[in-house]
Amino acid sequence: MDEKLLNQIPHIDEIAHRGVYNGVGPKHTDTFLERYSRENKVLPSLEDAIRATGLKDGMTISFHHHFRGGDHVVNQVVDKLAEMGFKNLTLAASSLAAVHAPLIDHIKNGVITHIETSGLRGELAEQVSRGLMDCPIVFRSHGGRAAAIRSGELHIDVAFLGAPSCDPYGNANGYSREEGGTIACGSMGYARTDAEYADKVVILTNRLVGYPNAPWAIPEDNVDYIVYMEDIGDPKGIMSGATRYTKNPKELLIAQTAANVIDAAGYFYDGFSMQMGSGGASLATARFLRDMMLERKIRCRFALGGITGQIAAMHEEGLIDRILDVQSFDLDAARSLKLNRFHHQISATYYASFLSAAAVDQLDFVILSALEIDTDFNVNVLTGSDGVIRGAIGGHPDTAAGASLSVVVAPLTRGRIPCVIDKVNTIVTPGSVVDVVVTDQGVAVNPRRPEVAKKLRKAGIHVYTIQELKDKAEALVGKPDPIRYKDRVVGVVMYRNNTIIDVIRQIDED
Amino acid sequence: MEKRYTKDRLRRSMMFVPGNNPGMITDSRIYGADSIMFDLEDSVAYTEKDTARFLVHNALKTLDFGKKEIVVRINDLSSGLGVQDLEAIIPAGVHVVRLPKTDSAQDVIDCEREIARIEEKHGIPVGATGMMAAIETANGVLNAREIAHASDRLIGIALGAEDYVTDLKTTRADGIELLFARSMILNAARSAGIAALDTVYSDVNNTEGFLEEVNLIRKLGFDGKSVINPRQIGILHHAVVPSEKDLKKAYAVMEAIAEANARGSGVASLNGKMIDRPVVTRAQRLIALFEADNVTEEEEE
Amino acid sequence: MQLKKTAVAGTMESGDIMITIEPKDAGGVDLDLSSNVMQQYGRQIEAVIRETLSGLGIENAAVQAVDKGALDCTVRARVSAAAFRAAESSDYQWEVRK
Repeated sequence: MDEKLLNQIPHIDEIAHRGVYNGVGPKHTDTFLERYSRENKVLPSLEDAIRATGLKDGMTISFHHHFRGGDHVVNQVVDKLAEMGFKNLTLAASSLAAVHAPLIDHIKNGVITHIETSGLRGELAEQVSRGLMDCPIVFRSHGGRAAAIRSGELHIDVAFLGAPSCDPYGNANGYSREEGGTIACGSMGYARTDAEYADKVVILTNRLVGYPNAPWAIPEDNVDYIVYMEDIGDPKGIMSGATRYTKNPKELLIAQTAANVIDAAGYFYDGFSMQMGSGGASLATARFLRDMMLERKIRCRFALGGITGQIAAMHEEGLIDRILDVQSFDLDAARSLKLNRFHHQISATYYASFLSAAAVDQLDFVILSALEIDTDFNVNVLTGSDGVIRGAIGGHPDTAAGASLSVVVAPLTRGRIPCVIDKVNTIVTPGSVVDVVVTDQGVAVNPRRPEVAKKLRKAGIHVYTIQELKDKAEALVGKPDPIRYKDRVVGVVMYRNNTIIDVIRQIDED
Repeated sequence: MEKRYTKDRLRRSMMFVPGNNPGMITDSRIYGADSIMFDLEDSVAYTEKDTARFLVHNALKTLDFGKKEIVVRINDLSSGLGVQDLEAIIPAGVHVVRLPKTDSAQDVIDCEREIARIEEKHGIPVGATGMMAAIETANGVLNAREIAHASDRLIGIALGAEDYVTDLKTTRADGIELLFARSMILNAARSAGIAALDTVYSDVNNTEGFLEEVNLIRKLGFDGKSVINPRQIGILHHAVVPSEKDLKKAYAVMEAIAEANARGSGVASLNGKMIDRPVVTRAQRLIALFEADNVTEEEEE
Repeated sequence: MQLKKTAVAGTMESGDIMITIEPKDAGGVDLDLSSNVMQQYGRQIEAVIRETLSGLGIENAAVQAVDKGALDCTVRARVSAAAFRAAESSDYQWEVRK
């Protein structure tokens, strides 16, 4: 087209364009196979990939936690960054586990100076609670993290994402429909949000498969570089074969009560939606609900969140229509994701971001665990009874806020430690989004939900006040002396909308 | 906790709790068993009898078991341990002493004499402590009637099947091996007007087998059963809940009785049929069972 | 009560406490307590141990206590049992529940 003709187009200033067509270069004629073995995103080494991303001191790197306790990605990448002389980096992981204790040295060396995560466990958590880091760790929920990434409050410069399968163009997944493969993590929901918003994305895979690696969790257009690494994780630490049902009578008692509560409160009907955790009582609740579904011939429209083999089995027997899987908890769940077309992989954003219409908002009920619950119904899942960090926020506040009925299950006491107390050590989920507390020794309903309390009573379930549950616990184990803290803040806890809801202080052992 | 034992009460489930396990003792009250039985006998090693006594003694004195019946299974008196067990648990306020391996009425009488002596020593009203006798041998089964009548303190007699089948030179099977013993014990208990309590079902993972046994003893007429795992309690209680139809009929019977009483008439009838005394008794029992099942949730513990 | 030998009672299981009592001639009760709930209950466990010992008339002893979250009644039971074992006595003074 003649360049002058542009002037003849009315409103040309308002039509976005890149000038006038002036031909294309030579078209390729080699075969697909030749081409993609020659031109692709695979770099020879991790070091090459790090250089290619343009990472600089002071930037933010991110990781996912789909490999849980079997993760070998974080330590290898940070080792390499340290070796290459990087300093002052922010490490933003969707969560961290006990396996990440080697980070302690990199924090001491100044390679990592700030951490954002959903949770922290093991030696790293112990040391952070004792004042390892100058800058407090920021704890966000899965939904809060997704929102912060999208809004730019958490800007990721480079995401290093381990993937059990990836093709040479970057289509990556937590499993593969190809035969073979040594590790699988099922859904890569948390990694998807990082891949979407990070400036640069590096996929670390132990298994390069043919293009296109469909279905994928992360599409190639989100991926910049790929590195083949022999070892990205230990399959034994990534997932167990199957999450077993508990035989612990106390957990079964809590589970049976929780199932009765959901039923009595009116959220167990044909077409309901639910989320279950992977804790013993939570899983057992699913079992009791299953029996009730069979008996009454009702079905669940969808199950959300972290998915276990039990949920997958209920899907396969036709009791659950759809699964929305942000994280597969065991190999049975991963297998179901691979085989069942209505077992669907979703991102952290889709799951729980408050900036989007998230799936958590469509929940009827969620069963959640707790380390501590206080008389204002606030829940702590982050710090232990000794004040040391040993947990993860996960989707706790997201699902509690989203579900019509949030049910928190916990034993009234763990050994001598009371779980229902005056004030939780750390507020993770505020009482204003917690509806019912179920313990082995009684049920309490948040006074915000008098209609639920009424329905429960009508069904013959005794409803205690939360104060009564606290008193029962105290009568048994005595009143605990308070945990001693220093003034120094070592952790900042965000609510799901990324407002600061609480702080964690350094423990005082003097 | 009640100060003394109650002769007549609901005893659907009696849960065994090893006497030297603090965690299990503490948790025992949450599972809804009608009676909790702390064991000083078979579940406690010979070298730990003293520590178990201290543990059960202190637990009974300190922990709140609500309205539950507290039973302690002692060692038999001939072992030399039984009296020491009694010395520890009677002052602690046990409701019912379970005597193991009861072969004759004399075993009951001997135990009762010790209990009375200890009650007196501590200024506890003599007779405040109840007893139950477990029958675990062929001799015991044949003497069941005399055993059941041996003391006013007896709230019931129970079958201990593991030792019994060994004595019989057989093993636990489908229940046929226990038919005679169960029938003897049931009839002996009824002849003395006390409870008949069945043995444990030890395969805790076999729910179906457990249910079969529960249905069998229910048909025979037993009041309840010992359980070794809390998971069995719900199943057991659920199985003995009366059907809605039976319950409706029971309430109708009681209404008719109330109405007759209001009229000043001694004769009540329902649907044109006179209501006999046994019909009333059965109706009362059914209603008691039903209400027991419904108040457990309400019970303050 | 006169202690004659070193004695142990209790286990390392959750909810229990293991008490070792060793005779000592003078110097009061030396208590070496470790607990998985030290911060919240260490003070109370120590008080119960000392109170139980003095109730038994034991003034001098070396006591080692490894606590796994035992309730007060369990602490009392284990200390008493260990003390009677250490004294090689079975002259138990059972008291009535109030």
